[in-house]
Amino acid sequence: MRAATLEGTPSRPADLLRPARRTGTAPPPGGRCASVLPMMIDVPMLLPAILALHAVVAVPLPPLVRRLGPRAFLLAGVPPAVSAVWALAQAPAIVAGRAATAEVAWAPALGIGLNFRVDALSLAMIVLVSGIGAVIFCYCAAYFHHGERGLGRLAAVLVLFSGAMLGVVTTDNLFALYVFWELTSVTSFLLVGHDDRKEQARRAATQALVTTAGTGLLMLIGFVMLGHAAGDYSISGLVADPPDGGPWLTVALVLVLAGAFGKSAQVPLHFWLPGAMVAPTPVSAYLHAAAMVKGGVYLVARLAPGFADADLWRWLVLGFGLATMLVGGWRALRQDDLKLLLAYGTVSQLGFLVLLGGAGTQVAGVAMIAMLLAHGFFKSALFLTVGIIDHQTGTRSISRLTGLGRRMPVLAVAATLAAASMAGLPPLVGFVGKEAALEAFVPGAAPAPGPEGSAVMLTGLVLGSILTFAYSARFVWGAFADKSTVSERGFRRPSAAFVAAPVALTAVSLGLGLAPALADPLAQGYAHDLPAGHHAYHLSLWHGITLPLLLTGLVIAAGALMFVRRRAVSRLQNRMPRWPDAEYGYHLFVHGVYSVALSVTRRTQSGSLPVYLGIILATMLLLPGARLAAGLITGEIAVPGVQGAFRLWDSPLELLVAAVVVVTTIATVREHRRFPALILLSVLGFGIAGLFVLHGAPDLALTLVLVETLTTIILVFVLRRLPTTFSVRPNGWAKRLTVLLCAAAGTFIALALWLMTAARTDAPISQGYTERADEAGGDNLVNIILADFRALDTLGEIVVLATAAVAVASLVLLNRRNRVVDEPAAEVAVEAEEEARLSAAAEEHADSVAAHAAAEPALGQGQAPARGAGAEAGEAEMTVRGTAAGPEGAGGESRAEAVGGGPGGGEPAEGGPAGGPRPRPADAPGDAADPGPAPPDPGDTPADSADPPPDPRETPADPDDHEGSDDGRP
Amino acid sequence: MSAPGFTLVVVAAVLYSSGFYLLLQRSLMRVVFGILVLGHAANVSLMLTDRAITLPPLLTEHEGPLSDPLPQAMALTAIVITFGVTTFLLALAYRVWLGDENDEVPADLEDRRIGRLAEPEDSA
Repeated sequence: MRAATLEGTPSRPADLLRPARRTGTAPPPGGRCASVLPMMIDVPMLLPAILALHAVVAVPLPPLVRRLGPRAFLLAGVPPAVSAVWALAQAPAIVAGRAATAEVAWAPALGIGLNFRVDALSLAMIVLVSGIGAVIFCYCAAYFHHGERGLGRLAAVLVLFSGAMLGVVTTDNLFALYVFWELTSVTSFLLVGHDDRKEQARRAATQALVTTAGTGLLMLIGFVMLGHAAGDYSISGLVADPPDGGPWLTVALVLVLAGAFGKSAQVPLHFWLPGAMVAPTPVSAYLHAAAMVKGGVYLVARLAPGFADADLWRWLVLGFGLATMLVGGWRALRQDDLKLLLAYGTVSQLGFLVLLGGAGTQVAGVAMIAMLLAHGFFKSALFLTVGIIDHQTGTRSISRLTGLGRRMPVLAVAATLAAASMAGLPPLVGFVGKEAALEAFVPGAAPAPGPEGSAVMLTGLVLGSILTFAYSARFVWGAFADKSTVSERGFRRPSAAFVAAPVALTAVSLGLGLAPALADPLAQGYAHDLPAGHHAYHLSLWHGITLPLLLTGLVIAAGALMFVRRRAVSRLQNRMPRWPDAEYGYHLFVHGVYSVALSVTRRTQSGSLPVYLGIILATMLLLPGARLAAGLITGEIAVPGVQGAFRLWDSPLELLVAAVVVVTTIATVREHRRFPALILLSVLGFGIAGLFVLHGAPDLALTLVLVETLTTIILVFVLRRLPTTFSVRPNGWAKRLTVLLCAAAGTFIALALWLMTAARTDAPISQGYTERADEAGGDNLVNIILADFRALDTLGEIVVLATAAVAVASLVLLNRRNRVVDEPAAEVAVEAEEEARLSAAAEEHADSVAAHAAAEPALGQGQAPARGAGAEAGEAEMTVRGTAAGPEGAGGESRAEAVGGGPGGGEPAEGGPAGGPRPRPADAPGDAADPGPAPPDPGDTPADSADPPPDPRETPADPDDHEGSDDGRP
Repeated sequence: MSAPGFTLVVVAAVLYSSGFYLLLQRSLMRVVFGILVLGHAANVSLMLTDRAITLPPLLTEHEGPLSDPLPQAMALTAIVITFGVTTFLLALAYRVWLGDENDEVPADLEDRRIGRLAEPEDSA
């Protein structure tokens, strides 16, 4: 954390033009600032700490919720509450124009920092995110039941979401904004999919994630382009000094707007929001009314002062915003589910907010802040109301609810007031905001978007407001009215604490409506950066008889008519042709992605390792190979021959050795018998050693000779067990193609190496080693390098060798324990092995009679598959019979049989073709037993040495068991 | 500027080609052979960086150009590590053979199954 400052009065020239208003709210620099500073200086720095507090509180929540139940939500509400209190404490300074900033260095070299800057717009958003958030956390404590599934996770994620959202609205860096933005998408995914046993919930969660995170990626590209064009990734810097126009700026703005529209559910991306209503209602109230969906609105409003002048921006924002407002309102009228009605209402209001935020005039900015606050308070109150109704009555369907107004009067009054705020009725804050919004588009009153555009927008706003009034009325009627056609349901009255949350939120709606002066400084604080109209506009209940007031009257009249004639409206809606469904488009898109992925997979994923490796080789030839060829053709790459530096060989003797190497290599490739191939391979190795000798590398040659000898010995040991010939594939075009490909790849690499080494200009760096050889105290430079200069490499080499040795030892020793089991038969084989182990233990600790008894059942089972075996199995059969003939033989032998019989007897069902190889495991340990290493086996590995000793108590019982089963067998 | 001897380049080309070819075989043992051959190829490549046949890098009373010790040290490490890898691969190949009596690298059944799908499993 580096700095905490209070910004001085903004330095925009526009501020100088409005000295009267500024001095009204802001103290003169110096005087009061000096007294305020000591108190304030550390307070902005608290913001990163508050953000961290969200994460810290989220961690212990799941266990706490398990113990305390939903009451733990009260604890979860602490971080948002702290954040809201912090914001309110900062409010006087912020609305006076001094943004609170805090800075945490993150990746300064990349222009990425956790810079925070809270100005009026951020403050308004914090009121929603943290203020309403805290209320909703309290509501959760009453809403959820003790022991509900996944409640701890829900609480923790909800707090994380709250923190992420706080980050979105306070950060001043584009990248940090993106990170917080996607964090809200991810937490929203988890919250919407809370009931993960419901497929519908999972789908809705995925849909919301794909839409918001997908458009978020587009937004990131836009951010990078914007930041690159401006040379500054701080948002405040970007807005204060926007980059000049140009096609790329246009593209960047479109991409950023795509992100904002996806998040704020603008048409045609709005479908995810109604879908997300499967989330628990408090979550919907928080994410889908108050906080998350406002993210896009926030971004548009945040960037508007810098970019609203661009025509493209203005028309995109106004066009999509208005379309969303109308479509959302129209569809809200159709809904029977109260929550869905509110969801479409939210879509509509979000369109309204986006167009206000993006319009880029001062009055629109004032209206945006007012509507932002108004919508946050009335919509979350209404959602919480629906939550209570759903919680108490078990339904939220309009056609099944009746008489709730009589039985929950307090809630009904609160919800009606909230709905009135939504409908834009005085004296609520919704009315104040809507008046301002209409004023913003009165033709001639504002500098943009021109008279005709303003007229169109104003008409659209009036239409949207009529729809809003109609669905608000429908909500109140649907939730609380007495309906003669519906029979009443019995339910318990909600507790006072439960109802308190929506009542409190509605009280704020009413309070802000009665005293709009409370919200006005905030709105002015945001709007003063925007181009002003002819006169300043302040939020107020009464502006005199103005056009907006008359329009409001028209809205109320028309809306009321629509509500009264709701049957006619619904008939009209049914007669309307069905519009193309945006959600259908989403499904088409997702299906298309799946299909493309599948067809690509089908073409490339043959499941054959050689094909995959071949593709890699072909890619190498195609990309760097083509580049090399191009360089050679254009003469860009010098060929040694041209400069006269070409040498055929370094000494004639080299030619001879090279001939040996080439011949043996090719012969190795062509040889299909294992031992000749092995011999050729070692000749090849010794040939390479000869090349080393010729090139002045005696150490290499010595090492290689030693290693080749060892490798050959190991190969002999392994190959001895494998088939005499390698499997051969028939010749054909595939083989020819492979040969061609490999030859081309090898030639390409050698050619590239040749040209690269020929292009070397600097002296080798090993000159330095030669000079310092004395310090290391040695004459052999290679040894000095290995043991001194690059000793750490040698240590790594030793580690590799030791690891390989351990791995090889475990693989080989495991084999002797005969734990090779087929996957499907693992259980059976484990049983068989257990039996074998017991018999091994028995043979060690009990007398020889017990040992025979233990060995025999295994033998009996082992013989059956052995008899049906082919030529190879004949050998095995002999081994088995041989031991069977002499049951009184050595202890080691009988143990080997028992072990061998295990897997054989474990799968008696597998006969036929599997019978051939089956006895193999039987004769492998048999072989191993021949030299006599079997008896010490049980104590061989540390893991197993623990197995037999505890047996003495059990052993007497176990052989008895075997004897018992044995008795019945003959 | 001087290029390495062309004979050595040809040797490297043959070694790389053969190594790749062996690597592309179905038989696990030939794949191991391929890795061995590729190890040799890599060492020969390191040797290419040396200019010409010279004296071994020993600081004795002989005067004259010494061969470059650094690629030799690298090659030495490479030889030893190739040995470790080869041994490990051999043990693995042996295990595979013990498991199903088959020296061949089988096709990935899951990949084949995906390839046979006509429709996406979840078209959401």
